[in-house]
Amino acid sequence: MAVIEPMEVDTTATLVDPAKAPKRASRGRLIWLRLKSTPRFWIGVTVVVLMMLWAIIGLWFTHWNPTDQDLINSRTGPSSSHFFGTDDIGQDIYAETVVGLRKSLAIGLIAGPLSTLISAFVGSFAGYVGGKADSVISWFINLLLVVPAFFLLVLISPLLKDKAWIALIFFIAAFTWMVMAQVIRAQTKSLRDRDFVKAARFMGVDTFTILRRHIIPNVASLLIIDATLGVVYAIIAETSLSYFGFGIQPPQVSLGTLLADGSSAATTRPWAFVFPAGALILFLFAVSLIGDALRDAVDPTSGATRD
Amino acid sequence: MTSAPLLEVRNLSVDFPQSGSTVHAVRDISYEVNRGEFLGIVGESGSGKSVSSMAVMGLLPASAQVSGDILFRGESLLAMNDRKLSQLRGNEISMIFQDPLSALTPVYTVGNQITEGLLLHDSALSKQAAAARAVELLRIVGIPAPERRVKAFPHEFSGGMRQRVMIAIAIANDPNLIIADEPTTALDVTIQAQILEVLQKAKEITGAAVVLITHDLGVVAGNADRIAVMYAGKLVETGSVDDVFNRPHMPYTLGLLRSVPNLITAGKTRLVPLEGRPPSLDALPPGCPFEPRCPISIAECRTVEPPLLSIGSVHEAACIRAPEIAAGKLSAADVFPRPEPIPPSDQAKVEGRTVLEVTDVKRYFDLTRGAVFKRQIGTVKAVDGVSFTIHEGEVLGLVGESGCGKSTTILEILELTSPQHGSIEIDGVDVSTLSKDQRLAKRKDIQVVFQDPMAALDPRLTIEDIVAEPLTVHNVAKPEQRRRVGELLETVGLDASMGARYPHEFSGGQRQRIGIARALATEPKLLILDEPVSALDVSIQAGVINLLEDLKERLGLSYLFVAHDLAVVRQMADKVAVMYLGRIVEAGPVDDVFARPHHPYTQALMSAVPIPDPAAERSRKRILLDGDLPSPTDEISGCRFHSRCPLFKVLDPSLQQRCLTEDPQLRVIDTSSAACHYVERNTLQVM
Repeated sequence: MAVIEPMEVDTTATLVDPAKAPKRASRGRLIWLRLKSTPRFWIGVTVVVLMMLWAIIGLWFTHWNPTDQDLINSRTGPSSSHFFGTDDIGQDIYAETVVGLRKSLAIGLIAGPLSTLISAFVGSFAGYVGGKADSVISWFINLLLVVPAFFLLVLISPLLKDKAWIALIFFIAAFTWMVMAQVIRAQTKSLRDRDFVKAARFMGVDTFTILRRHIIPNVASLLIIDATLGVVYAIIAETSLSYFGFGIQPPQVSLGTLLADGSSAATTRPWAFVFPAGALILFLFAVSLIGDALRDAVDPTSGATRD
Repeated sequence: MTSAPLLEVRNLSVDFPQSGSTVHAVRDISYEVNRGEFLGIVGESGSGKSVSSMAVMGLLPASAQVSGDILFRGESLLAMNDRKLSQLRGNEISMIFQDPLSALTPVYTVGNQITEGLLLHDSALSKQAAAARAVELLRIVGIPAPERRVKAFPHEFSGGMRQRVMIAIAIANDPNLIIADEPTTALDVTIQAQILEVLQKAKEITGAAVVLITHDLGVVAGNADRIAVMYAGKLVETGSVDDVFNRPHMPYTLGLLRSVPNLITAGKTRLVPLEGRPPSLDALPPGCPFEPRCPISIAECRTVEPPLLSIGSVHEAACIRAPEIAAGKLSAADVFPRPEPIPPSDQAKVEGRTVLEVTDVKRYFDLTRGAVFKRQIGTVKAVDGVSFTIHEGEVLGLVGESGCGKSTTILEILELTSPQHGSIEIDGVDVSTLSKDQRLAKRKDIQVVFQDPMAALDPRLTIEDIVAEPLTVHNVAKPEQRRRVGELLETVGLDASMGARYPHEFSGGQRQRIGIARALATEPKLLILDEPVSALDVSIQAGVINLLEDLKERLGLSYLFVAHDLAVVRQMADKVAVMYLGRIVEAGPVDDVFARPHHPYTQALMSAVPIPDPAAERSRKRILLDGDLPSPTDEISGCRFHSRCPLFKVLDPSLQQRCLTEDPQLRVIDTSSAACHYVERNTLQVM
């Protein structure tokens, strides 16, 4: 029994240490605690939630539809009837902004995480398996990185014209995952040599279980940040493409097409440009705040919290 | 003025305020260092030993709050401004850091880095004179061909050589005080012995006082005049080396001394574990910080923190019951009784079957250059013909310095695939004949425990998931898994209810127990232990070693125990194999090899291990090896060891020829075997 006795001392020492209890929170809880005390995070979340709500129910507050034309009041500034004014052909800019925001949000919120998903899968696989597969994948990633994605999208856009805007989501995702995949690949390479991964391998755990159970959860914080900031990038990609006429095609509207229409009148009739642009900037800003706060919470040595 | 101590630390406290709490890293310590004295400060990680010396150097981060006073030759260091302090640093007081890798600037030659310090503190010195002095210094610290090496960059030096350069920089300006912060922790034992020798030499040449900070009791035993033991930010015992080692009065020192395996006595008695862990320094309970781990604590210990009480002329200990210990009412055996071995009735029956047989395994790595068209520029012979067998219930200790190929050997075994050359048989089955399914089944029989308990457990999984992982591979049902995990945690001395927690909630020793529990999950026959205790604090080591010994007895396990610490190997192993540059140079029963080492390398290795016993340390004769391990890419003809061999040096040139041309093979000598041509002529003495 002499063997068991000292070990009990060991365990009780951990159990009866109430002073340390709050510090023993899991990593997830720690991140959440840090996030909770960051005002940036709450500002970002509030704005994002409000804007999403607005995109969903915004049309309830006006009797105009985005396709309706009020020809009598075309090119007029904001009024009680047209909150954001009207454009050349008398369409209500408020209604158009709400609908455009919906589309941009949908594209951003799907394409951002989708691109993260691709990078997580490809990056961790290449990093873990190594060897020939890794060389081929890295070569492919580097190839995609040197090809200017924007021009490629421009080239492909004629194909997109007839397809639904859904296709655009996949194209944006397909061209934005590479950098993150490289990061994940490098992280995986260092994780692969960690003892717990080796231990799993020597237990006979198969490759995909190791990726799922050990690798991906250990890069999860990176992935969450990337998914958040990916939303920003996807929306910017969509608006720029649409602005130049390669993305969303009329009669559908997105913030990008609205900006394109309004840009020519930006100085003379600012309402046609300022409101959609404002909505876009506000949303991107809010998401960036969340991403930034997340990054600081996950990695206390980065950014503002650095001593 | 002459009687005043060189360095006087008075009531020094260092606090690190953090969000919500304050870490009291050093709490009200006072000590002094006299001229030419060698003071050893001993403590476990987090005991505040490094922080206190950083305070002396004025190198604490700005967030630290320092109170008390530090007097250097009667002048307060804390009151000095940075400019004045800079004049002292490197000139009067110099420091040697733990990690020689990061302590030298990679973009300057070592000569530049030595002369920088010289020129900074002596504006009259010419560049030529400084350069000449740099060469001189490198020669003093034992760097071969200093005229050439002075122009080399740090990356061209090995770890031991870099530490020598650090010492050269430290003594460049003939300082009065050298602070060495764990100067040998990152180095191998044979290199450690060299560095300690150089440090002693530096002390003699400069006449400086040395403060050596270390966790290794053996290192201070042989070198220091006086030692100070730190625990939880406080000095708990100070005194002359002999007093503290022979008559410790603080239970912590007592326990520490009994928990360390000693190369001479190891294997004969069981170690005494010092369980529990040091308190966290941000929320110290009132009373003695050691009270929760102290076996002789009384109610009073929980209320007042004892001050240092004088026992002898220079001997002080911080314990309420120190007078009782001094009076001989409490002996070490009373305070920390040795745990009983497992009674024979609980021991598993072993039949002595062969569990692992490794025959002439080789592992070469090709060195290639070029990205597209790879061409071979050399071969690293990481493992070059290694053979050994392990029987049921047996422990084989595989010993060697870093880079000798011991890790590669165990990886070869764990892969369970056919090796490049030779064969590996587990339980009589050649692994190269296994099919994929058979291999998976075989993995049940052989499991591994890694060195670093932090890295070996996935931080994102609960303990239950971690321990159950090997079971999921072999399709054990969930409820059965849970039952088994509880059982395993109990086996390794943890509470079964701890399964829902995460690894970071456990101390190093507990994490290593979790690692052992995971390895035991599939009821293996053979455990491969890769330095299982070397990453743990000394006071924790004993508990894990005892656990491993008990498990072996109760479950009839066999261990392949890989370690660089000879004392731990002697404590645990039945057989030992000493590796050097990919080869086994000596193998045999542990007692025979340790009592009568035949190979000069084994002899050197054993004489380099510091023993935590000042009397034994002083009377020992050391065999110091020259230089470092040769680069594994070098093509070596003849004996691999001849470049460093102390026997080779004293041999007749006609006999040396054989060492240079003929590669010695293992041959049986008495009960063990050694790979040396001239074992019979070996008159080197150890111990």
